[in-house]
Amino acid sequence: MERYWKTNLRYMVILLSIWALVSYVFGILLVVPMNSIMIGGFPLGFWFAQQGSIYVFVLLILVYFLLMDRLDKRYDVHE
Amino acid sequence: MSIQIWTYLIVGATFALYLSIAYASRVKDTKGFYVAGGGVPPLANGIATAADWMSAASFISMAGIISFSGYQGCIYLMGWTGGYVLLALLLAPYLRKFGKFTVPDFVGDRYYSSTARLVALICAIFVSLTYVAGQMRGVGIVFSRFLEVDVNTGVYIGMAIVFFYAALGGMKGITWTQVAQYGVLILAFLIPAVAISLKITGNPIPQLGFGGSIAEGKDAGQFLLTALDKINVDLGFAGYTEAFGKGQRGMLDVLAITMALMVGTAGLPHVIIRFYTVPSVRAARLSAFYALLFIAILYTSAPAVGAFARYNMVNSLNGVAYADAPSWFKNWEKTGLIAWMDKNGDGIIEYRAGAAFKGKPVFEDKTGQYGQPLLKNAPTDTPNELYVDNDIMVLANPEIAKLPAWVIALVAAGGLAAALSTASGLLLVIASSVSHDLYYRIINRQASEKSRLLLGRIMIGVAVLVAGYFGVNPPGFVAQVVALAFGLASSSFFPIIVLGIFWKRASREGAIAGMICGIGFTMLYIVQTKFMGVAPWFMGISPEGIGAVGMVINFIVTIGVSMMSSPPPEEVREMVESVRFPRGAGAAVDH
Repeated sequence: MERYWKTNLRYMVILLSIWALVSYVFGILLVVPMNSIMIGGFPLGFWFAQQGSIYVFVLLILVYFLLMDRLDKRYDVHE
Repeated sequence: MSIQIWTYLIVGATFALYLSIAYASRVKDTKGFYVAGGGVPPLANGIATAADWMSAASFISMAGIISFSGYQGCIYLMGWTGGYVLLALLLAPYLRKFGKFTVPDFVGDRYYSSTARLVALICAIFVSLTYVAGQMRGVGIVFSRFLEVDVNTGVYIGMAIVFFYAALGGMKGITWTQVAQYGVLILAFLIPAVAISLKITGNPIPQLGFGGSIAEGKDAGQFLLTALDKINVDLGFAGYTEAFGKGQRGMLDVLAITMALMVGTAGLPHVIIRFYTVPSVRAARLSAFYALLFIAILYTSAPAVGAFARYNMVNSLNGVAYADAPSWFKNWEKTGLIAWMDKNGDGIIEYRAGAAFKGKPVFEDKTGQYGQPLLKNAPTDTPNELYVDNDIMVLANPEIAKLPAWVIALVAAGGLAAALSTASGLLLVIASSVSHDLYYRIINRQASEKSRLLLGRIMIGVAVLVAGYFGVNPPGFVAQVVALAFGLASSSFFPIIVLGIFWKRASREGAIAGMICGIGFTMLYIVQTKFMGVAPWFMGISPEGIGAVGMVINFIVTIGVSMMSSPPPEEVREMVESVRFPRGAGAAVDH
């Protein structure tokens, strides 16, 4: 049980780090240098701030759902 | 058929749909009333959450705000979506396992204290009331713009509809109605978005057209965003994709506001309670994914619409003679959402940075030499001659893209769906806070099921009346109080719920002190800067972002005071332990 909770916390820390990286770091803190890179018609920093971060948020929640689904079954705590 | 007949038809049909859904899902017990019986499938709950979340402001105003603020529109885009990651990872599964009816329920039980419950319920009511007032006003405005009825009549119609289905069906009725409302609002948003994307970039997918090149005209072949950057700079604005240009917010402020909106989203009671309605912890995690997926469809299209609309507006108006202005310009001029003041008397519309005149347009009853309605407002000394309201970017889009009349009618129905779905979710929070948290949990533990259900329905009625009152008599500070709603949600609920789940040592004394300090600081700062004219004194952070600082204060105080006070009793520690494991969630229990 202790291990189940520790693993859950580890997943959370990893996923929340990605959450902060794409929004606060790529979208805001590093937006100026990243804007000098163009991806198609998008300056990269601008794309993260108005598009990319939202796509990543959706994926993060999906990944957490899948990881926890597997973890619940492995530790036999699922409903 | 005329636009108006189409609008009556489509709005009437959607209202009939909502009312019949509500009748079909009417409830007989408090569990159905507060948490829809705990049996909503994750997909339906996700869709309902998305409709609940996207308000009149998201639907009507957001694309326009982004259109005028360029890069800095990311505050709302990231702020109002990123909170769902926090919800899905930190709150939803655990609150679902806890399995009671409301947010004050969790706060009161976890911190074994009626005082904590009371502070939480006052915050819940306050946050929801400020929010719902804006929604009722939104209903009235949509009615008045599309059906040419008085704004107040629109508010009354909205009140009657929302009272009927919220009182009859409670959370169950609201949830299934919201599923239908999501369908209406997303169609109404996407059809014009696809059309305008095709028109400008030749790509039907707005998210791709946004980064694509312009299909025709003098900028053909150039990337849309590159062209917009150039247009903005030429007219004296900061570049469209430029991050922290002149006259814009600084980096720290953007960071603080984004964070306050994210954390505030995760702390809003009407969002949190949605996760009590699903049958299991697994379903709570899954429905958070669906919720953000359905929100993201609108939230990734909105910035594209904002960019298209700006490009189109500047090109079809700036430097064009008033006599040759497109027909949508003249249609919307009547509503006061767009206005032209011919400062230099040359008959040509000039759009530049800065306000064209002071305040919102006030028309005289006369027309000028080019046939334009004259304005009473005092001109400013900028060369800009054009006043454009944020909302026009979405409202006039179907006409700009030359879409048929029924699409314009659908946009009206979409705006109403967005406002009504959000209003109903908020009304339920207010009703449950009073009838469940205050009356049943604090005042009368012996109240019968039947009397509690009746009180719940009566409270929906009272909340509708209060919301309607503010809709008819909007306090001058409605726009300001939205900052307050998010600030309070982020500085009150979020820290103590997270600590309550992840830190067994968090104590009653810590939580009460933390909430009071977090809210106290946030309120003081917002009142000082918004109402008393004090300059933002905390590192230049504007009042919209101060909730992020309030949250940090709440965390620090809760942790500090908890360390100094006696630890929570054994049964609370066991409760926290049990909340961490999904098995045995069962349905939300009455207690």
